[in-house]
Amino acid sequence: MALDKPYKDVPGTTIFDAEQSRLGYHLNQFCMSLMKPENRARFKGNERAYLDEWPMTEEQKQAVLALDLNRCIALGGNIYFLSKLGATRGKSFQQMAGSMTGLSEEEYRKMMVEGGRPIEGNRYIGEKR
Amino acid sequence: MARITASIYTSHVPAIGAAIDHGKTGEPYWQLVFKGYDFSKQWMREHKPDVIFLVYNDHATAFSLEIIPTFAIGTAAEFKVADEGWGPRPVPDVIGHPELAAHIAQSVIQDDFDLTIVNKMDVDHGLTVPLSLMCGQPQAWPCPVIPFAVNVVQYPVPSGRRCFMLGQAIRKAIESFDPPLNVQIWGTGGMSHQLQGPRAGLINKEFDKRFLDMLIADPAHLANMPHIEYVREAGSEGIELVMWLIARGAMADVNGGKPPRVAHRFYHVPASNTAVGHLILENT
Repeated sequence: MALDKPYKDVPGTTIFDAEQSRLGYHLNQFCMSLMKPENRARFKGNERAYLDEWPMTEEQKQAVLALDLNRCIALGGNIYFLSKLGATRGKSFQQMAGSMTGLSEEEYRKMMVEGGRPIEGNRYIGEKR
Repeated sequence: MARITASIYTSHVPAIGAAIDHGKTGEPYWQLVFKGYDFSKQWMREHKPDVIFLVYNDHATAFSLEIIPTFAIGTAAEFKVADEGWGPRPVPDVIGHPELAAHIAQSVIQDDFDLTIVNKMDVDHGLTVPLSLMCGQPQAWPCPVIPFAVNVVQYPVPSGRRCFMLGQAIRKAIESFDPPLNVQIWGTGGMSHQLQGPRAGLINKEFDKRFLDMLIADPAHLANMPHIEYVREAGSEGIELVMWLIARGAMADVNGGKPPRVAHRFYHVPASNTAVGHLILENT
C-alpha cells in the first residue's frame, strides 16, 4: 500500500524523506566528508578523482561538479549535507539557496530584504496567483 | 528540587553566527536583527540559570545518514564546537550537565519516549547561535547546557503533538531532580523559511505571527497542526518550529499552573533566508 505523502503537491519543493535519503545516501555521505579540512583540500585538488572514490551515480557526480543544487536534490541530496559542498566552494547559505531559484544573487538578496518570497500563489502546484 | 523558571524561543540562522563572529553586528542589515536581542542579553544577565536544556536540531553535523535519531539527549561533560565546512565557530566549547541529563533520560524513557543517549557529540550552529544571541561573546558560556537534538532533517520528523507531550515529560523529569537548580528550556529553529528548490526564500509573516500568538496562548491546540501545514505555509525548513513545542510543553500552565508572562517578543524578516522569531516566557 502506498504511504501517505501529502507534500508532493507543494511547488518547487522536494521533501527529504526515507525514499530520497536512500537514493542520496552516498552523495550525502560524500558531502559529509567535506567537514574535514584535509578532505576539503583533497577535493579541491582534484574534484573528479575525489568523487570517483565514492559509489555515486555518474549523474550525481556531474551535478556535484556543476554545483547544480536542484539536480543534486532531485538525485537524493539534502540541503544540509549539500551546504558542506557549497562551503567548500566558498558559497554562503544565501548564495546556495538563491542559486536554486533562477534569480541572480543580487535579485534573490533583494527579494529577501523586501520580505521574502510571498506565500500567495506558492502553496500548491498549478495554483493561480 | 529543580524547577523550570522560563522558556526561550529563537531562530538559529547560521548567518547570524557568522555576522557575530566576523564583527558585522553593527552593519545596518544586521542591526535590525540584533536590536531584538538587546533586551534578551540584559534579561539573561538578570535571570542567569544554573542549567539550560537546549532543544535544537543537528544539521547533518554530528549525525550523518549513518544514524538518524529522532530525539537525542547529550549526556557528556563537554561538547566541542563543530566544523560545519567553514571551520569551527570561534565560540567556547559547551559544558554539559551529565547528572541532570542522565536523570532526565531515565525519567523520560520510562515515560515512553525512546531517547537516544549520546555521550560524544559535536554541536553545530543550531545550538551555538542561540547561545550567542542570548549571551553575546563571553569567554565561557554562563552555565552548563544539556543539548537535546531533534531530527527535523529526514522525514518523517516527530509531530508537533509528540513534541508537546515530550516537553511535559521533560518538565516532570526536571522537577523530580533533587538539587534545587534553576533550569531554562530553550526551543530553537524556524521561523518560516525554505532553503531548497525553486521555492527557496519563502517567508510567511501571517503564519509566523499566528504561530507566536498560539504558542503563547493556546499551545495544546497549536500542537495538533499537521506536518503538511508547516511545509506548505512555513516552507520545508519551517518544520523546525515543532521544536518550540517541546519547550512550550515544559511550562507550568500545561500542567495546571498559571499562564506564563511574556517578557519579550520580537520578529524580523530577514536574516539571510529566514524569518527571525524570538520569545521569552517566564513561569510566574
